[in-house]
Amino acid sequence: MDTLVFLFETILATVWDVLPIISIIFGFQFFVIRKPIPNLGRVIRGFIFVLLGLAFFLVGLEMALFPLGKTMATQLTATDFIARWSEGSVIGNTMDWWDYRWVYAFAFAIGFATTIAEPSLLAVALKANEVSGGAIKTNGLRIAVALGVAVGIALGTYRIVTGTPLHWYIIAGYIIVIIQTFFAPKLIIALAYDSGGVTTSTVTVPLVAALGLGLASTVPGRSPVLDGFGLIAFASLFPIISVMGYAQLAEWRAKRQQFLGDKTCISK
Amino acid sequence: MPIIVVIGFFQLFILQQPIPNALDLLIGTLFVVLGLTLFVYGLNQGLFPIGTTLAHAFATKGSVIWLLIFAFALGFGTTVAEPALIAVAAEAASVAAKSGVIAADQAAQDSYAYGLRMTVAFSVGFAITIGVLRILKGWPVQYIIIGGYACVVVMTMFAPDTIIGIAYDSGGVTTSTITVPLVTALGIGLASSIKGRNPMTDGFGLIAFASLTPMIFVMAYGMII
Repeated sequence: MDTLVFLFETILATVWDVLPIISIIFGFQFFVIRKPIPNLGRVIRGFIFVLLGLAFFLVGLEMALFPLGKTMATQLTATDFIARWSEGSVIGNTMDWWDYRWVYAFAFAIGFATTIAEPSLLAVALKANEVSGGAIKTNGLRIAVALGVAVGIALGTYRIVTGTPLHWYIIAGYIIVIIQTFFAPKLIIALAYDSGGVTTSTVTVPLVAALGLGLASTVPGRSPVLDGFGLIAFASLFPIISVMGYAQLAEWRAKRQQFLGDKTCISK
Repeated sequence: MPIIVVIGFFQLFILQQPIPNALDLLIGTLFVVLGLTLFVYGLNQGLFPIGTTLAHAFATKGSVIWLLIFAFALGFGTTVAEPALIAVAAEAASVAAKSGVIAADQAAQDSYAYGLRMTVAFSVGFAITIGVLRILKGWPVQYIIIGGYACVVVMTMFAPDTIIGIAYDSGGVTTSTITVPLVTALGIGLASSIKGRNPMTDGFGLIAFASLTPMIFVMAYGMII
């Protein structure tokens, strides 16, 4: 019964979120374009399905995964847990960055898993597959982006543990992105930039934020307000690098295949 | 569902604790799968077609001004009500109050958070407008993005420390699950209905702008206040 009430509330909240979008679309459709929408019934049905789908998705996450994920994030960053894994080197509060290795592993795994489940990434991947005529595989893109997020978040937790300034990482990341832009295939560039923005929404943000804040409040000398932020920035920068890398790798392999093919032709 | 595997593994092997509420977990997972299926079905029926038909309608109507106004309204309207943004803005206001940038009372915090929300929403509207203009003119995406990065780096040196983390994060939280498919469909629809534009190189990129400009605008906001 509680679940039903909760489901209903979530549907209402989602409708409320979508209301501005719907009013903008219909406002422009009626006052500026002044043409009826083709297949209006189908579009409305589609919107209803999207709303219901999102609501179910969110309720499911809220029931199953968020509470557990959040407790785990706090448990893994708790001082006594960290102390259990450190190799007797705990003198007072001086803990080695290596003592936090399970936190990095968790950050990597949770970053990967939540990104694979992200609905907006799924939407972009579907569209990319359609536009590229099937050259970009929906799941290939999703995995490339998820790997990027995983590495990004793992590095982000390392940054919180060591307390190094955020902007150096981000600036270094930008430099890599710029260098890659010159070498990556032209077709992928815009998509790669986009994949940075889509990774972080409904699923990733709450879990990652819990991890960051938990970590920043348990590591000695970190302030949650200053160091807790920044994980999302990592999660939106690294997918750009990994998607361009994925495209470069695919191109390189295709070239190599061609090159090898040419060679066998000649030798024959 | 990989999330379950991850959480299950860490729960059992690393933390060495049993999984609580196994039934809730099962029902929740079913809901997630059902939800994603409905979502994808709805995308193809509703959100993708309407984005594409709107783009075609604007392209055939040929009124650039209205298209740009629409782009701005879409960016601004979808961001200003975004729950993730409201949460981040409130968080940022309490940080600012603690570090003494603004007065510690509730009214000052509320007005700071409101200002931040408006700043981000405005910057997303601006980003979508620029992005649409780029598709119309066929400018290459990388120069604008690199220019934006340069802007971010320069601003980072001058912006107050407390705002930098928030500014970087606000780039990521702006793009919600409904906005992304709609904006993507709009961009690709525009690029495929204008002659000489390739939907692959020109159609994408709107989301990238929408996650870049908030960083610049929020740092500017932090410098002004």
